[in-house]
Amino acid sequence: MVTHRANIYKEVGAAMDQVELRRLESKCSQENPPACTAGCPIHVDVRKLMLAIQNQDWKSAASILQQKQPFPGIISRICDHPCEDVCKRKDVGATVAISNLERFCLENYAPKIANVGAVPPKSQTVAVVGSGLRGLTTAYDLARKGYIVTLFEKSDRLGGNLWKHPEQQLPAQVITNELSVLNRPNVTIERNAGITRQDLSQLKERFDALYIGFAAQSEDALELLGENSTVDPISCTTPIAGVFAGGRFGNNSPINAVADGRRGAVSIDRYLQGASLTASRHGEGAFESKLFVNVNKIPSLPAVPMSHESGGYTGEEAVREAGRCLNCQCLECVKACKYLESYGGYPKKYLREIYNNESIVMGTRHANKMINSCTQCGLCAEVCPNDLDMGQVCLASRESMVRRGKMPPSAHDFALRDMAFSNSEQFALTRHQPGFDSSKYVFFPGCQLSGSSPEHVEKVYAYLTEQLVGGVGLMLRCCGAPAHWGGDQGQFQTSFEEMVVEWENLGKPQLIVACSTCHSMFREKLPGVVSLWELIKDMDLPIQGDGANYGKVAVQDPCTTRYEQGIHEAVRHILLRLGCEIEELPYSKELTKCCGFGGLTAFANPRLAQQIVENRIKESTVDYVAYCAMCRDRFAAHGKRTLHLLDLIFADDLQNAATRPDSGFSQRHEHRARLKRTLLHKFWQTPQEKERGYRTIKIICNEEISKLMEERLIFIEDVQQVIEHAEGTGSKFINPDNGNYLAYFRPARVTYWVEYQPQEDGFVVLNAYSHRMEIVEEVKP
Amino acid sequence: MNKTANLPPKPVWKCGKCGGELKHGTVKITYLGNDLRVEELKCLNCGLVLITEELALGKMFEVEQSLEDK
Ligand code: SF4
Ligand code: SF4
Ligand code: SF4
Ligand SMILES: [Zn+2]
Repeated sequence: MVTHRANIYKEVGAAMDQVELRRLESKCSQENPPACTAGCPIHVDVRKLMLAIQNQDWKSAASILQQKQPFPGIISRICDHPCEDVCKRKDVGATVAISNLERFCLENYAPKIANVGAVPPKSQTVAVVGSGLRGLTTAYDLARKGYIVTLFEKSDRLGGNLWKHPEQQLPAQVITNELSVLNRPNVTIERNAGITRQDLSQLKERFDALYIGFAAQSEDALELLGENSTVDPISCTTPIAGVFAGGRFGNNSPINAVADGRRGAVSIDRYLQGASLTASRHGEGAFESKLFVNVNKIPSLPAVPMSHESGGYTGEEAVREAGRCLNCQCLECVKACKYLESYGGYPKKYLREIYNNESIVMGTRHANKMINSCTQCGLCAEVCPNDLDMGQVCLASRESMVRRGKMPPSAHDFALRDMAFSNSEQFALTRHQPGFDSSKYVFFPGCQLSGSSPEHVEKVYAYLTEQLVGGVGLMLRCCGAPAHWGGDQGQFQTSFEEMVVEWENLGKPQLIVACSTCHSMFREKLPGVVSLWELIKDMDLPIQGDGANYGKVAVQDPCTTRYEQGIHEAVRHILLRLGCEIEELPYSKELTKCCGFGGLTAFANPRLAQQIVENRIKESTVDYVAYCAMCRDRFAAHGKRTLHLLDLIFADDLQNAATRPDSGFSQRHEHRARLKRTLLHKFWQTPQEKERGYRTIKIICNEEISKLMEERLIFIEDVQQVIEHAEGTGSKFINPDNGNYLAYFRPARVTYWVEYQPQEDGFVVLNAYSHRMEIVEEVKP
Repeated sequence: MNKTANLPPKPVWKCGKCGGELKHGTVKITYLGNDLRVEELKCLNCGLVLITEELALGKMFEVEQSLEDK
């Protein structure tokens, strides 16, 4: 889990290259095998097997076993099952009885002896000495690869130590049946053919390679190999070229003997193909899986007992026992994040897609949209055992898309226009407190709070000027988050530098921010930034109306405060002082969830943003308290009663405040512009400026049209400009049947169309739509 | 066979500048440096071009998307 924020912030530097891709990919453990498969020396896909058993799909179960086990009927009866020692179920109940379940599968639904041999025959010959599990496995594996194999057994039957198992555990019939898989044209079996050291050199002449199927340093091995009996445990090579032998000591573990034989077969195959004997062999044999599995919230389940201890499981018992398998996966981040869930995969897959998208000339719509859909909230990094931060990955990729001119213009245009509005004359303002020519502080309410609750901004500013000594300046503008989220570093930098100039002109006062997104944009760049909440937590609070004793509330921490413990505490402290009872949401503080506005998801993928909100507001039935205007408005827009923390302090009607609808984009513009005029008038006695130009055109639209315009991202001022242009130039169409007008105008990169009807002193809007293509036809004057 | 079946319905809009009927004519449109010539309704007199809602949100949107991917 993330302990140092600095770590995740340097996660991704520039766009991803191969090395970076590998580094990031290696952080995602999801594709690693489950512990059982890694712990099985021959890597049986136990997880899949358990699912097959649960589905009573015995055919698949048998074929899963056959894929890895050379003689399934034998192995399932005698395996010493090291997989069970590492099974994750162990910590929540008892290890899954993997071996007994395998036995159940093969005892009751014995598969046909696998008829494997479709590979083209090879001309090279191999001698295998000894027919215990090592020799048998080597012979079987090499025969399947098409080599011509001769198996030498000193007694009159194959199987060696296998015959030492009690009949009840491993019936003779099973041994004979299972070994019949070696009855194939490219295998010759020489019974009663003991090999001595003298015979070895002769065998070396006759065969291209030799395998001595005895445990390393065993009596048999020493006798045959003498001073050449040192065997490399990884490659099974002996000092004699072309002669291989068991590399593992002892015969105490049947499954490890099988794995040892398999290793020998791999080496002989490589040797005969002229390939390296040592390259990349770490995947062979048992190893420890890196797959992270969180068993914290999994209820404990005891092992299913066998009704007939010796007879093994009944079918019903087997299905129940297999049902205890956790189907081990990591997916911690996918479980926590709707975005990651919605694309149907997990980070390792996504990383590859993002990388591919970067390395090809033309991005794909699917990948572009995926990259632009992340809220950049950082929850994934918090829950990932290896701190993989997909938010930072997506951000870096967006930045690279913008740099390379590959960002689809439609993705973030609207948000950037909104930002441009807030940084224009219409809203931007920097002033010392009235009557002061210096500022110790400056209040930065941010564009979203100003757009959503301008009245609160006014009250907070008045409050701060009363409470604080030394002058509280005011700065109205946008913090630049839309440009940052959209990957437009150039625009972010420009906006930030403008802001810094203003701040320096005020004499670098301490910045008080009301919005946590602003906080997150400035905290690492400007010294002393303080959140409004930390600042006022112990001040006198001017509680209005029924603010006190509101009752129980659940706190929505904005995702941009994830590691701001000070803010989390301040907010809760204020709520307690206000007499509220606090309920913590399952995902809160450093685990908090985004409202779907972060990262501009709401523009790139509105449907996902909606799912994100719906999922979030389901976490509790009590009223939410948010301290970000966007969180507040988005929750309220989806029918969740949500207060802004400032409502509890400054609003007189809390019932109203909790259900107040989302302001909408046009209204936010309106609010910001009006806030600036009001503040100038109230605090600085500037004569109320009147709206000018097209802003004075009166627009009338019913709720349905307002909603349509919001959905289509059309501002009222866009409509005003279309009408101003149409009425000024006469460039419009007319419907003779009803007298409606239809006209278009292109203020910048989007062409807006409006169908309207003049009415008294204004215009009724009947429809509005837009396109990005530009009509270059010249309209004759 | 009814010969008018496949003809587009008579446009409801008339040019508000000259009052003339709209006819299909070649229109140049451009996006992200790509120029396209399409047949659209326009006033042949004044040059005013009509893009209907259906066209803007349908076909035109698709073309925009595919050009954005280039
Ligand atoms: S939390 Fe996600 S990214 Fe991290 S290892 Fe698990 S699946 Fe991979
Ligand atoms: S719980 Fe299932 S998948 Fe996980 S280690 Fe055990 S058997 Fe394997
Ligand atoms: S939305 Fe948040 S949790 Fe999901 S991938 Fe993006 S940053 Fe991670
Ligand atoms: Zn005309």
